[in-house]
Amino acid sequence: MPTIVVDVMPKAELLDPQGKAVAGAFTRLGVSAFSGVRIGKRFELTVDGEVTDEVLATARQVADEILSNSVIEDVVSVEVVE
Amino acid sequence: MTVRIGVITFPGSLDDGDAQRAVRIAGAEPVALWHGSHDLEGVDALVLPGGFSYGDYLRAGAIAALAPIMSEVKDAAAKGMPVLGICNGFQMLVEAHLLPGGLIRNAHQQFIRRDQRLRVESTSTAWTSDFESGQEIVIPLKNADGGYIASESELDRLEGEGLVAFRYLGVNPNGSLRDIAGIANERGNVVGLMPHPEHATEPGFGPDTSAAMRSGVDGVPFFTSAISAVVAAAA
Repeated sequence: MPTIVVDVMPKAELLDPQGKAVAGAFTRLGVSAFSGVRIGKRFELTVDGEVTDEVLATARQVADEILSNSVIEDVVSVEVVE
Repeated sequence: MTVRIGVITFPGSLDDGDAQRAVRIAGAEPVALWHGSHDLEGVDALVLPGGFSYGDYLRAGAIAALAPIMSEVKDAAAKGMPVLGICNGFQMLVEAHLLPGGLIRNAHQQFIRRDQRLRVESTSTAWTSDFESGQEIVIPLKNADGGYIASESELDRLEGEGLVAFRYLGVNPNGSLRDIAGIANERGNVVGLMPHPEHATEPGFGPDTSAAMRSGVDGVPFFTSAISAVVAAAA
């Protein structure tokens, strides 16, 4: 069954407290390979049947209007995964 | 006239009971409203209470902002009805685009609960007219997602047009930009803030004051202001 994956990230210029907490844990554990961590959201939208242009347009619409809040987040990608 | 103020209960609302009690103490009749209905039952003003509607899933207030009754709330707000969003209710108002900006996780990543000092920055709203301009008040604050953010240009606009209604004093408890605790819309009928006026309306149950423990009732003028606004509009 096809799945549409929507990735949403907090805006780059905003503080991401969750990512900052994980980065803090890395520091405590001695993991020094990464200079930063940001945490976003992945939504998997299941489609019964074919992913038509119309279905994909609906996915983009809900990604912009419901799954993300453009004041604080960006929709990074909307992709079809089989 | 008896002013009727509706308090909407959503799944996960916690402070709807206290909001109803605050309305009663201020001298109005509280009307319990339900998120799944499309009926505002003819109320004169609305309170969206605090809590964790829908478990704060997706984003705080995001799913509640899509609740059936919110279409009527938006219509009523557009017609000038006083609407107050407290904490989770404030989050719903920004998610419903009735107020600008957004609320994100507290900068220190902790839930915080404290008696919070605020400055009333605007008395030209339906919910603040009974305060003195610049008045300092203390009401409880308790939230995890209380960091107010907006673009620099939006923040400048809010400041320039006098739409910042409340500012944190002393401690900025959640990393809110420019210490903003609450804002109003251009018309002044829609106000949202993170701290909780409904928890500071009855002696014995409010914040401590220099006079006596738990005697703080700085939340009362929010509700008496709305009553005055409704009475003035009806006259």
